[in-house]
Amino acid sequence: MTAAGNPAFNAAARPLGGGRRLPLTWLGVVPFFIYVGIFLLLPTAIILAGSLIGPDGSISLSNFEGINKPYMYKSFTNSIEISTISAVLGAIFGALLAYAVATGDPKGFLRRSVMSAAGVVAQFGGVTLTFAFVATIGTEGFVYLWLQQHGIEMYPNGVWFFDLPGLTLIYLYFQIPLMVLVFIPALDGIRPQWREATESLGGNAWHYWRYVAGPLLFPSFLGCTLLLFANAFSAYATAAALLTQGGVIAPLQVQALLTSETGSSAPGLAKALALAMVAVVLVVMSLYALLQRRTSQWLR
Amino acid sequence: MSRRRIRLQALRIAIFALAAAFFLVPIGAMFEFSTRGIGVASPRTLSAWAAIPSTPELATAITVSLELALITSLLMLGLLLPTMVWVRLRLPRLNRIVEFICLMPLTVPAIALVVGIKPLYIWISLNFTDSILTLSFAYLILVLPYAYRSLDAGLAAIDLKTLTEAARSLGAGWGTVMLRVVVPNMPAAILNASLLSASLVLGEYTFANLLNYENLQVAIQYVSLVSAGTSIAVAVASLLFAFVLLMILSFAGSRRRRGGRVVPAETPIAPVATVPPSLLAEGS
Repeated sequence: MTAAGNPAFNAAARPLGGGRRLPLTWLGVVPFFIYVGIFLLLPTAIILAGSLIGPDGSISLSNFEGINKPYMYKSFTNSIEISTISAVLGAIFGALLAYAVATGDPKGFLRRSVMSAAGVVAQFGGVTLTFAFVATIGTEGFVYLWLQQHGIEMYPNGVWFFDLPGLTLIYLYFQIPLMVLVFIPALDGIRPQWREATESLGGNAWHYWRYVAGPLLFPSFLGCTLLLFANAFSAYATAAALLTQGGVIAPLQVQALLTSETGSSAPGLAKALALAMVAVVLVVMSLYALLQRRTSQWLR
Repeated sequence: MSRRRIRLQALRIAIFALAAAFFLVPIGAMFEFSTRGIGVASPRTLSAWAAIPSTPELATAITVSLELALITSLLMLGLLLPTMVWVRLRLPRLNRIVEFICLMPLTVPAIALVVGIKPLYIWISLNFTDSILTLSFAYLILVLPYAYRSLDAGLAAIDLKTLTEAARSLGAGWGTVMLRVVVPNMPAAILNASLLSASLVLGEYTFANLLNYENLQVAIQYVSLVSAGTSIAVAVASLLFAFVLLMILSFAGSRRRRGGRVVPAETPIAPVATVPPSLLAEGS
């Protein structure tokens, strides 16, 4: 690519640039920009432009009116609901686990293996993860059958596992490790001297957590919770594997629009929906970046 | 003081025990499920595992996914590494733009990106080829943030300018500089970036499914409709494989200490710690 573009570029630039080597220098990044141009920026532009083009080909906001239907609205609120619940629970349990890790030996075997495992498990999702839970607490699952043998029925009021509560539980499997990974730097920033200082001033554990560690950790905790929210909100594969009913959450709604016949007759709608998802994630991630910056002020 | 230490230790042990149960039981249960016999009281059997090679759909999908992982890693190295080196040396003002672009996929959920990329793939399959290996192009975008982070850390740890100037003044061309100076000086970062890319590709589902290609994860789901045991066996196997990949990574990351700076022991998650990882990972 570089070789092919070289002479033309050079010939065009010579008379203008007066023999400077600047154009040649720029050639080095051309392949990268062409590549991301085609496979990242162009698709983003397609989403953006396509969402603004109505069924009749004119520029309009009619696609966004398509979102304003009860079932669309419901899928978004469902998405936001399970993302919020799994983010808050994941943040709490993840912070506890991170605390247990951070109070141990910083170079110890335990910490290293927990962090490596968290790195793997936070990436874990989709079909495999769903299988793992089906094999555990599905109606043929190991734990379910074991409890049944001991006279305990896990689902006395109907099986909730193949519905949104089950999905939320499965999401915790990757949310908690993600929380451990992103929250540990903040916990590591807490100096033991601060606790000693609190104690020498007559404070007890409650004072320490309420007035020293708590306020310091809170922005980071909040930021990480937002990150977990965005993570759950974007997740698709797990839901696709678990939920048999289509369109329950926003990513599944996008899938339905992409694969069904209605998708091809209303291609703008899928793009509008995708754009709405990007907008939600963008807002959440910007807040996260803001809170992270605040945390990093005292982190090092 | 010591009472507090004991209480803290008790709390830690309780937390670790609960976490171990929550995270290990499902994986164990998956293995247990894959060794079940057909009948209620039938003995343990590995027949589901033995059926993997004789399920042609799976065998193909495994090969294809491994090829995709390899191609994506090579493409990533071939495109990203020279660009990053070049930008650092010659165009430092583009650094922020390249970083921004590389981290961009994190704010575009995979399920949204696939909407925009689908017309492109329809066009490619109509005009060029409908081979599943073209998925590598899209996967390269998905792995950009992770690959960028680890290569960035690797490049920060070496004195790139001095190294390249020395090589150039001794008459080395840019190809020699890349292959014989830059690459050998940051093996851990390159391995890190490649293995992260490979494990992401092996777990990818969203793109393949919605662009109508059959990679490993899609095949696992299809096969599960026919034979749950076999597909769960493959799922366990692919999971263990990813574990092995990432263990190699953390091992290599902690062993390789070069160029004066110690590569942190937690290299596998180092890029993850500063950047939301599974935004797209779970999209996998």
